[in-house]
Amino acid sequence: MSTLSYRGINETVAAVTGERQRVVDGPLRIAKLDRRQFMKLTGLVGGGLMLSFTLPRAAAASGPLQPNGYVRIDADGITLLAKNPEIGQGVKTSLPMIVAEELDAAWDDVTVVQSPIDSATYGMQFAGGSMSIPMNWAALRQAGATARAMLVGAAAKQLGVPAEELSTMDSHVVHKGSGRKLAYTALAADAAEMPVPEAASLTLKSTGDFRLLGKRITGVDNEALVRGEALFGIDVSVPGMKYAVYQKCPAIGGKAKSANLAEIKAMPGVHDAFILDGNDNAMDLLPGVAIIADSTWAAIRAKRALTVEWDETDASKDSWSAAVAEAERLRGEAGERVVDEGDVDAAFESAAERVSGYYTYHFVSHAQLEPQNTTASFADGALEIWAPTQTPDWGMDAVARATGIDKSKITLHQMRCGGGFGRRLYNDFMCEAAAITQRAGVPVKLQWTREDDMAYDLYRAGGFHQLEGSVDAEGKVTGWRDHFITFANDGRPVSGGALGQGVFPNGLVENVRFEQTPLDWKNRCAAWRAPGANVFGFVVQSFLHELAAAAGRDHLEVLLEVFGEPRWLVPDNPGTLNTERAANVVKLAAEKAGWGRNMPDGRALGLAFYFSHMGHIAEVADVSVDADKKIKVHKVTVAADVGPIVNLSGAENQMQGSVVDGLSTMMGLSVTFENGRVQQSNFDKYPLLRMAATPKVDVHFVDSDFSPTGLGEPALPPLAPAVCNAIYSATGHRIRTLPISEEGYTV
Amino acid sequence: MASLRVNVNGEVREVDASDPATPLLWVLRDELGLVGTKFGCGISQCGACTVLLDGNPVKSCSFPVSGVGDSTVTTIEGLAGSAGELNPVQQAWVDLDVAQCGYCQSGQIMAAEALLRSNPDPDDAAIDAAMAGNLCRCGTYVRIREGVKTAAASMKEGRT
Repeated sequence: MSTLSYRGINETVAAVTGERQRVVDGPLRIAKLDRRQFMKLTGLVGGGLMLSFTLPRAAAASGPLQPNGYVRIDADGITLLAKNPEIGQGVKTSLPMIVAEELDAAWDDVTVVQSPIDSATYGMQFAGGSMSIPMNWAALRQAGATARAMLVGAAAKQLGVPAEELSTMDSHVVHKGSGRKLAYTALAADAAEMPVPEAASLTLKSTGDFRLLGKRITGVDNEALVRGEALFGIDVSVPGMKYAVYQKCPAIGGKAKSANLAEIKAMPGVHDAFILDGNDNAMDLLPGVAIIADSTWAAIRAKRALTVEWDETDASKDSWSAAVAEAERLRGEAGERVVDEGDVDAAFESAAERVSGYYTYHFVSHAQLEPQNTTASFADGALEIWAPTQTPDWGMDAVARATGIDKSKITLHQMRCGGGFGRRLYNDFMCEAAAITQRAGVPVKLQWTREDDMAYDLYRAGGFHQLEGSVDAEGKVTGWRDHFITFANDGRPVSGGALGQGVFPNGLVENVRFEQTPLDWKNRCAAWRAPGANVFGFVVQSFLHELAAAAGRDHLEVLLEVFGEPRWLVPDNPGTLNTERAANVVKLAAEKAGWGRNMPDGRALGLAFYFSHMGHIAEVADVSVDADKKIKVHKVTVAADVGPIVNLSGAENQMQGSVVDGLSTMMGLSVTFENGRVQQSNFDKYPLLRMAATPKVDVHFVDSDFSPTGLGEPALPPLAPAVCNAIYSATGHRIRTLPISEEGYTV
Repeated sequence: MASLRVNVNGEVREVDASDPATPLLWVLRDELGLVGTKFGCGISQCGACTVLLDGNPVKSCSFPVSGVGDSTVTTIEGLAGSAGELNPVQQAWVDLDVAQCGYCQSGQIMAAEALLRSNPDPDDAAIDAAMAGNLCRCGTYVRIREGVKTAAASMKEGRT
């Protein structure tokens, strides 16, 4: 067996999140975001290529109106199909809402079902990069408008009036002149025989005519959720199913040599136990020991009694304490230059004030609340899978690689995910279940424990930034240097492990130099909610405040000055920061929070802005700090420009959740490694925030006409710097380490 | 095979007791098919597995089935009325669109239900204390707090 390959992890990150990964020994300069590529990825150009939309299906001769994969109307009702995995970001509700708007269906008449996994019909189906809304906006509007046009055409025929005299509302076609009204359900059979209209012939609504979008709509699964119905991967049960667990080496890269299999197989309720070798791909099937039992508890009990002899020759020896020491040694040196604009050295020489700061942050875990699981059944050469995944199609690819079963013989049922945050972009658990059922010959539900989840995450990497900056005699920021000591899996910078052209303040400050030095790392690292931004936001928005303070200037004033003239940082590229949108949200958040007002001793406002995932977001945190470094975040004011809002309830929920997630992570979350092993095993050592520490969250959306973009991620990055900047203003203490519990703070 | 009788959602059920230490969680999920009660941590830290035992919240992942005895167990599936109508806590959760991923919400609802049975008009501090054992990874605490208050108000209305 050879050593593990990490290539696929990097490729997945690049494909899903748009992060530009760069081979360490490759060309020095990171290419500017290619506009055409970006447009292709997001489908933002009206009428252009949309990856998520395929040619309309031929209309059925009779039966339901089903002009595309998103709409099905028959005499019994209107069904809309939700194409992407639901991980808590609300797309099972918001994507069908877009269809319903252009269809003019009354939302109460609509039944939403999860679509099959079928790339020929739906294009890419995944949950990642806050891409569901921007990638599908145009296609879903078109899907709804197509069905509407066919219903109108059928009504015109039935009523004997020109289509131009008809309008639609609340699942009906209306003829105003005669007052006649026909229900979509009654028209569906005739409409199914109408020709499917050309996309170019469709008229889409202007945003001012929206009836449904922008309203508060409760999630389509909410009633089933509060009744405790089976929705999640973990809830699946199939006939004849056994329960499986899988033990991997505590240090990744270790292989199972032998185990007390006879003893395990003799335990009550245990059906089988065996060793699997894995397929040498770090994101597929790792080596380990499978146990199959009659119940989850019997399997877990047997796993506790399992003893395995591991071959750790190629296993991880990762050590966080060694990485900290190495970074400390490297930070005074120069790194490889990845961005070098203007003349940073000259700016520093002519500076009125120079500031330096060493910022560090720990690794963190995704810790989605539903532990990984998959149910799989292999019979007659065909494999059926039920899985909570963010990337169903790639999951089938992974399973095919790991088991040798041809992808055409694999069927995957998309299950609701109990959280994702990027972890379920990878399908190692799916590969394990597939390999186990293939070997055992019985259907199995593979269940990871929380301890498995903590030990085998694809972590958000830690990092170290040596920063230097300068301001001139007018207090203007003139120079910025960041030496980023980061991590690389298999020679490639990990997700969030590379600085690039799009990182703040490049393009905003005249002289900017980013340098990088990667440390080799074996534990898998990958995308974690708002990759890159979730840590760069803290570093750069805190350091900008340091420069403002050194210049003796108001933070808000300096931030607005840095944005400068209204422009896209890459002209006409909506994937890049727009300084006018940025300034608008910063001003709005400051105004709503009462920026500049007098605060009591020990209490202050802190401001931060970050642009990520095409979202412009500013946050102001109102924080008090007592003498024992116990903080209270009273309120966080959020202002966002993400274009028109699809579901106001879902959008606000994402903002509230991002604030809580941001606070939870910055306060006390860290994962450390010694001898390749993760030191935290469960929530007792990984203290997610609890309710009492939750601040009030005041959300404001800028009403803008830009294409709508996603909200799963971009509200998280500004939270940590806003809170840390408030703590500085309240106490004079600058925090440069996350989590801030490392510096003695509690909440 | 040794067996036990447990009263779950008003029905007496016979369950396997060959290992009396089996956590109630797995009996509910694997044996009785009541999958609304969730597995999150297995060590009583996250509260996803919260059920009511004689009306009091317990973490079923760390509660042995043999400990149930004559007590009555209520799970999320047992909250709705006999005609299937949602109870006030469930209804508030739907109306306020509390859930994101929704995985923790069965446990949150059971903890809220237990609170409101003992304290029909809780203030923020009482809500924070009663809900302290339930983690929400998506961060829906703002709405959970609101949901408890909304449910309390509608229960009050229902009583008068």
